[in-house]
Amino acid sequence: MELLNNLVLGFSTALLVENVLYCFVGVLLGTAVGVLPGIGPTATVAMLLPITFSFEPVTALIMLAGIYYGAQYGGSTTAILINLPGESSAAVTALDGHEMARQGRAGAALAVAAIGSFIAGTVATVALAVAAPPLARVALQFGPADYFSLVLLGLIVSITLARGSALKALAMIALGVLLGTVGQDIYTGTPRFVFEQRELYGGINFVSLAVGMFGVAEILRNLENEQNRATVISKVTNLWPTREDRRRTVGPILRGTGLGSALGVLPGGGHVLASFTSYAVEKRISKRQQEFGHGAIEGVAGPESANNAAAQTSFIPLLTLGLPAHPVMALMVGAFIVHGITPGPNVITDEPALFWGLIASMWIGNVLLVLLNLPLIGLWVRMLRIPYQVLFPMIILFAAIGTYSVGFNAYDVYAIAFFGILGYVLIKCGCEPAPLLLGFVLGPLLEENLRRALIISRGDPSVFLTRPISAVLLTLTVAALVVAVLPTIRKRREVVFAEED
Amino acid sequence: MRTSSRYRAAARMIAAIGVVSLAAACSGNGGATGGGGTGGYPDQNITFVVPFSAGGPTDTVTRMIAEPMAAKLGAKIVVQNVEGAGGTVGAGEVARAKPDGYTVLMHHIGMSTAPSLYKDLGYKPLEDFATIGLVTEVPMTVVARKDFAPKTLQELVTYVKANAGKVTLANAGIGAASHLCGLLFQSAAGVKLQEVPYEGTGPALTDLVGGQVDFMCDQTTNTSGQISAGGVKAYAVTTPERVKSLPDVPTTTEAGLPKLQVSVWHGLYVPAGTPQDVVQKLSEALKAALADQKVIDQMAKLGTAPVPATAATPQAHRAKLEEQMGTWSKVIADSGVKVS
Repeated sequence: MELLNNLVLGFSTALLVENVLYCFVGVLLGTAVGVLPGIGPTATVAMLLPITFSFEPVTALIMLAGIYYGAQYGGSTTAILINLPGESSAAVTALDGHEMARQGRAGAALAVAAIGSFIAGTVATVALAVAAPPLARVALQFGPADYFSLVLLGLIVSITLARGSALKALAMIALGVLLGTVGQDIYTGTPRFVFEQRELYGGINFVSLAVGMFGVAEILRNLENEQNRATVISKVTNLWPTREDRRRTVGPILRGTGLGSALGVLPGGGHVLASFTSYAVEKRISKRQQEFGHGAIEGVAGPESANNAAAQTSFIPLLTLGLPAHPVMALMVGAFIVHGITPGPNVITDEPALFWGLIASMWIGNVLLVLLNLPLIGLWVRMLRIPYQVLFPMIILFAAIGTYSVGFNAYDVYAIAFFGILGYVLIKCGCEPAPLLLGFVLGPLLEENLRRALIISRGDPSVFLTRPISAVLLTLTVAALVVAVLPTIRKRREVVFAEED
Repeated sequence: MRTSSRYRAAARMIAAIGVVSLAAACSGNGGATGGGGTGGYPDQNITFVVPFSAGGPTDTVTRMIAEPMAAKLGAKIVVQNVEGAGGTVGAGEVARAKPDGYTVLMHHIGMSTAPSLYKDLGYKPLEDFATIGLVTEVPMTVVARKDFAPKTLQELVTYVKANAGKVTLANAGIGAASHLCGLLFQSAAGVKLQEVPYEGTGPALTDLVGGQVDFMCDQTTNTSGQISAGGVKAYAVTTPERVKSLPDVPTTTEAGLPKLQVSVWHGLYVPAGTPQDVVQKLSEALKAALADQKVIDQMAKLGTAPVPATAATPQAHRAKLEEQMGTWSKVIADSGVKVS
């Protein structure tokens, strides 16, 4: 009953006209910056933060939160339409989402992404309301050794991201991990692979890498073949998912929601792992494995649900402990403090209207996002009809402006060009960019936590086996490896024949 | 017809997106270039370069004072974040900028430590910049996981000396304020500890609250929330006086470690060679901003305060920079840290 009372309090706060309005402004801005390549939610929130100083605290936080989860939503749109993931979690959506768009099913992909995100957002909001404090305590139990094992599990599981050769996928992961090491080593400050360019000390910008490897390389590939492109334009048929689509997406959406809600709670990169893991799980248990990578709708529904659920539950450490899980939330901590609220375990009891109001607003925000995005699908799909010679220079232009405007670092723009060419060469060699991106995102986490765990244990590696969470995760990793390798060995003969065809 | 109207709808949409992203790009780049005489200074937008990411503590402080300074100067101030390499990329850019007062750098304690940490800095803090004035000095706090054995700063010193092989000291990365404070703690206490670097304060504080590491030293802006909520325990603040928002936490002098004196001081700089009257105008505007009640209130909420008017001068700022460069070159040399 107490929960019910709390929810009533929350909704009565969140439904105030002003709060609904700013919730809408937040999700609208979030969608916009999610769609625009380059400008992420972090830069947007940073720019808008001073404006919110004059708002009521709850209104300010509702809007800032809206920008964050709205951006997760918007990021999938460009990933599907033009193969351009704006956030690391959207990179997975691009795999099958963009294939669907190439087959003329962009509308269905966008609709499934929107509906999946909505369902996931709703469930995750309930999870937040019911179980936030205990979940937060679990998250705090994760130490560096546990994160290392979790990331390792994520990497192994995600080898399934590859459409073709597993060996090439492994090579791409390794290359991604190497690219992730560029910049200053955080433990010693030693610059690595920077070639004495101070601008590279901060490492390679994720957005530049993603725009280059996915966007620019895709454009080069399209330019090379006039026919390919024509098919995209001519075959935009059904805007909405068919009954078959709906049937196929129920399971992935629910599983993605569960995975995302659980992993999102972890402050050290849980939300990045959520969508990758969901994709891997769907591919593993699907009866149509061969469709993955060629426009399987499950490959859009699962990861999209997972990343939206994770976006929601990643607020748990912030709201219950005052600990930010994402740069955007670090900014929100600043917003709390400026409004005279101490972020921490006391927020629930001291500011119940704010706590429950923010949670209720997330559900309202999800409703607004669906209302906003479903009608836009027609418009987005029409974008594919823009003549290519107009569309592609603009995409590159926006991407370049976007990445440059965030840190004013010219190397971020050079990186787009460099990775565009590299991406094209890799595609020509039959290597895919997705595993590379995964290695790039997870590699630094893997290294950082491995070294941190060993520093804390004074070089004793047994810590990975003696900590229960880490031990369980490592066991799962070994199991995943066995499951991945066994069928490969068994099927080797068939594969050899298939390849000779 | 139908197709062409579709084209137009889509083109309109693309144009709208273009306007938004151009606006975002330009909002940070108003007056980066251009010269103009000093007679009518300022007659164009002034760019404040923050060498750290948007939304960080230095960025927040800059945006707080930019508005009242702009009002006083009668010109628009644009805040631009030029990130990288511990603030040295942004500082280097301002060092090379035209000395006309339209490119101003906001930097913190890192200005005085960079020469000791980086081999080929490309600029010299004392020779390539003119100081405008100090802005704020953010106090730091020595905090530990809540179940860590020592109860007072004295006990902490004794404990870490006895258990130097076991204790872990977290920091937010090489060259970060928490790293510098940690080095000073080790030098003041006469002990060498195992440091655990993190990428930023957020993750470091998370692991401290979760009990994965033992203790750290960080700015009140980051720690006061967790201290009042009981997520971590505080031993001392590293300033001569107690901090208003943490009345129960003693100073390091009171707690018996007077050598641990450190604050994250912020100051404004222009390239060396900027005309004297321009420096004066900027310094006057800074003083006015620091006396602004809104600025005082906002800083108080972050657990800090503007420096007194006597410190917001080019002379006081330069003296601080010289003194700090001396202090840190010794502490850093003793610790053996070298970034590149």
